[in-house]
Amino acid sequence: MSPSRRVLDARGLACPQPVILTRKALAEGGFSELEVIVNTSSGRENVARFAGHAGCTIGSIEESSEETRIVIQPRVANLSDPTSTESLTEATMPPVEPGIQTILLSSRTIGRGDDELGALLMRAFLYTLTESETLPQQVLLMNSGVTLAAEGSEHLDNLRRLVDLGIEILACGACLEFYKLTEKLAVGRVSNMQEITEFLLEGKALSL
Amino acid sequence: MSDSPALTTYTRFSGCGAKLGPGVLDEALCGLEQPAYPRLLAGFSSSEDAGLFLLDDGLALVQTVDFFPPIVDDPFMFGRIAAANALSDVYAMGARPLTALCLVCYPLKSLGLDSLKAMMEGGLDALIEAGCALLGGHSVEDAEPKLGYAVTGLVDPKRAWRNNTLRPGAALILTKPLGTGLLNMALRAECASEEALNLAQTSMALLNKRAAEILAEGDVWACTDITGFGLAGHAAEMVDGAPCGLKIRYADLPLIPGVEEWAAMGLVPEGTFRNKQGRLRFIENVEALDPVMLDIVFDPQTSGGLLAAIPADRATELQEVMRAQGVFATLIGETGGRPGTVEFLV
Repeated sequence: MSPSRRVLDARGLACPQPVILTRKALAEGGFSELEVIVNTSSGRENVARFAGHAGCTIGSIEESSEETRIVIQPRVANLSDPTSTESLTEATMPPVEPGIQTILLSSRTIGRGDDELGALLMRAFLYTLTESETLPQQVLLMNSGVTLAAEGSEHLDNLRRLVDLGIEILACGACLEFYKLTEKLAVGRVSNMQEITEFLLEGKALSL
Repeated sequence: MSDSPALTTYTRFSGCGAKLGPGVLDEALCGLEQPAYPRLLAGFSSSEDAGLFLLDDGLALVQTVDFFPPIVDDPFMFGRIAAANALSDVYAMGARPLTALCLVCYPLKSLGLDSLKAMMEGGLDALIEAGCALLGGHSVEDAEPKLGYAVTGLVDPKRAWRNNTLRPGAALILTKPLGTGLLNMALRAECASEEALNLAQTSMALLNKRAAEILAEGDVWACTDITGFGLAGHAAEMVDGAPCGLKIRYADLPLIPGVEEWAAMGLVPEGTFRNKQGRLRFIENVEALDPVMLDIVFDPQTSGGLLAAIPADRATELQEVMRAQGVFATLIGETGGRPGTVEFLV
């Protein structure tokens, strides 16, 4: 059971192209190792940094005078590889204790303190969530949290990515009304207190 | 053509990130000689922002040229940025711009006439604001669009600001936020927020005119503008041969929101690597800085702000005056440390 390897030839491409292609390949999955070939020092540095940032392991970096081969192991090796034995075993096993099902965001920032820092943290959190292996089923937005999903928000990209990953985004209707954003909800759907409460009580929930 | 084509898709490098690295340039220019013209005050052998040529007692010609591939997709905005960037070298010398010539390379077949017209309009808009007359230009059919201007200005040579006249007791003021090189990479990777793009575009399209005018009201000991070599690269030029070094407070650097994340994600532009190769040796404490910090201070800027060394005792007052007049001014450090080095305090 040799690990499956995908080779990505990014030679001759200017930055940020090697990183964009690496990101795309990791998102597609279907391998246990990704070998990226680059022939610039900027490509090597950037791809290695991207892999680390995405939580992957760098298996090896082989340098020759012409090119560099970076072997990247996705965060959970084999899980995304349909041909590996491990993933088949995994699939037939009963599901393990489920993680967090619902995340409640009741502010446009994370934590108390400096708002600018709080906004940065929110951005980093949502981005990291899009890259996460374990995902919740719902993200609930209350109070100023609804502004995250309204037109003009800097978080729309990340929230859309979460929707693409199958996560439902629900915004409290009364809160939208209060902030005069009912017409401006750009991602997700309007919800109400009853539904929100049910979700919070139903499974494991986390409030941020 | 109804929808305007995205300019940046036609180019490998963007804005001042397309510059040849300083190391390469030094090597290419090394050994080149011309007669010692007595009126030549600053030429290609110096690393001054613009050339300086004495016309008369009390009057010198300031000349500079700058052109580059698109850094933004909107052609009008690109035109404004290209002109603001070219004018900036004149402002960095404490001079006033008089005339400009346009240089344009353009793929007419793929981009069409409308975008070219919008680029020209954007450029002219900035030149008019500068009070700088456009005299003409030259165009070349080219697969990769490029636009820029050769700008001529005048200055009293005794009052011209140089970048190699740093002396102890100065504070450093920077008049625009940093991170346009990383922003451009993030745009291409579709990671940049609208907020960041707007701030960066506004900043790049802004003339350094007002900042220079306010600086001219007081003493300026040394001045340069931050472009392709990045903050650290241009600070290195400032300390090279100076009787003192510079200490820059990393935490005080004004950054376009998102740059640290983009650098951590590996969206570092090619130009940063070239800049580090050429100028890393000037940085006193490389080992104390994490890679993301280094990539931000060496990030190639397009139409960046002025970096001026001013008497420390009036620095706070100057920052306030600038801010009150809408100039994005930040005090980022002062002279100190080992002569000829730049230290980033973290």
